[in-house]
Amino acid sequence: MLTNNVTPTYVIDDLPVSAAAEEVNEMSAPAIRVENAYKAFGKSRGLSRFVWLPWRKAAPPEKTREATETTAPTEAPAGKSGLADNEDRSRRSVVVAVDHVSFEVAPGEIFGVLGPNGSGKSTLIRLIATLLLPDAGRIEVFGHDVVREPMTVQRLINRVSVEASFFKKLSPMENLLYGARLYGLEGRQTRRQIEEILTRLGLEARAIRNPMEQMSRGMQQKVAIARALLSRPRLLLLDEPTTGLDPRSKREVQAVVRELQAEEGTTILLTTHDMAEADSLCHRIAIMDRGKVVALGTPAELRRKLPAGNGQQPTLEDVFLALTGRRLADDEDQV
Amino acid sequence: MSVATQQLRATYAFVERNANLVKRYWSWEFVWLVYSIANALSVSFIGLGMENIAGDRAGVDGSFLALYLIIGALVWQFLSVIFYWITDVISIERWEGTIEYTLMAPIHRITHMAGQTLFAVVYSMLFNAVILAVAVLVFRIDLSHANLAGGTIMLLAGSLSFIGVGIMASTLPLLFPERGSQMTHVIIAIMLLISGVYYPVEVLPDILQKMAVLSPATYVLVGARAALLEGASLRELWPSIWPVLLMGLIAIPSGLQVFGLAERYAKRTGKLHRNG
Repeated sequence: MLTNNVTPTYVIDDLPVSAAAEEVNEMSAPAIRVENAYKAFGKSRGLSRFVWLPWRKAAPPEKTREATETTAPTEAPAGKSGLADNEDRSRRSVVVAVDHVSFEVAPGEIFGVLGPNGSGKSTLIRLIATLLLPDAGRIEVFGHDVVREPMTVQRLINRVSVEASFFKKLSPMENLLYGARLYGLEGRQTRRQIEEILTRLGLEARAIRNPMEQMSRGMQQKVAIARALLSRPRLLLLDEPTTGLDPRSKREVQAVVRELQAEEGTTILLTTHDMAEADSLCHRIAIMDRGKVVALGTPAELRRKLPAGNGQQPTLEDVFLALTGRRLADDEDQV
Repeated sequence: MSVATQQLRATYAFVERNANLVKRYWSWEFVWLVYSIANALSVSFIGLGMENIAGDRAGVDGSFLALYLIIGALVWQFLSVIFYWITDVISIERWEGTIEYTLMAPIHRITHMAGQTLFAVVYSMLFNAVILAVAVLVFRIDLSHANLAGGTIMLLAGSLSFIGVGIMASTLPLLFPERGSQMTHVIIAIMLLISGVYYPVEVLPDILQKMAVLSPATYVLVGARAALLEGASLRELWPSIWPVLLMGLIAIPSGLQVFGLAERYAKRTGKLHRNG
């Protein structure tokens, strides 16, 4: 899958005994396998459909709803499901966030998911991170199903989201110590590692013990990256990690990503709408639009999809525009 | 590293994190402590006030009444602090957005809740010890005949069922970030009404008396008053202890089950994340 594939070297001692026993199978499996994954939001389900509320619009005939709920996962067009098409009858909107997405990521690969806001990148990351349950399809991380074996998957992954979520009154040290202990790390050694990582990411020693609320967003994002690195994940999910960072911070984060992949063999799934970032960091890129993967390949392969115009190589932006008819910078609600 | 070691360290993560939150919000904790002391004293002064209002004819023992009320206030404070620490931290996690990281960590839900509740019980005991010390000074309470150890055992036994109820109630802020925390007040308010915190349950209407049988606080209050007012032995306290142990035995697994279902629902419907 990759010409410059890196053989990962992992410290099995750091994993729980049961995880170490499964290591052999994990090594031969792809880092991520996504098969026909589908996720929609806003479906009417459960007992609430039987409860009459005066302010609720009239429910659609049962036949319509059954038909749309069962057909949506297999026949829904991009961006809208059958249920949304029947909006006049059902008066309920359904957002198809991930629409029959399939791909594999090799161990040690940096895999980019490129798309505008609302294309389903964050939902895809949450599905892999066990934070959402897919409506249909299958997702595996190193051979482990994210729905059936969530805890095994959780031991192998960590995630950095676009918004740096922390207890803002606590310091980076306190927040990171909490995060590290959840993964079973020992306190004294972790404190030293936290200082090392944060210093390497450019945080001043004083800032490490001050409340997070006193830090800039860029600094908070670096602390978020440090939190993910502490558990030494085999798969790191980076959801727009550089959004909102100044150019220098962006370069520092990108350098950490490269280093992590080169030195630790960590598999990285990176979502971004920064084409230059995707181009320079990723071995392969999937372009997503309205929940679907519209193209997948190395940056060079994607560019070759368009003929060179005026002697100039097409950019990923040109490729995206040609494939979707939209620009990456289109401002939509994030899904 | 064994799975057990990992889970133990994760349990400590919650204790340490909550201790750090108390440290960082120390001014709020101080305000809350002052409010709680003032509240407990105000309720207890009603006892002395009744003696004054009724005069000699009614034969009201104001000191006994004040002690009766302060025990109610302290027991209620102890149980409600445990309840609120369990539910409020989920609210804070929703507010800060850290809930996704906590639920993404490779830990059992029982580990998560054990850490939360361990801290809540220890914190609540320290918090109430300060209130009790102030009350003893203000009312010159004589606890020489009280069975303090029995009262403490009664409180700890009762805390188990409140932990279970607290875990169940914490699904409200998990699923409803904006108003879930306020919804939990309903549970506490109903328990306050039916459990005989400031009056014997016998004065309640029939329907509320029947409901009181199901409230663990009813038994804790009866037991704590027997231990502190009458110096009842553990053997005498047993009729109040076993029902709350039984309730705890049912409430904690039920709470974990309910939280698990709510977590699954949130993961299915995308409710863990608020904007996208």
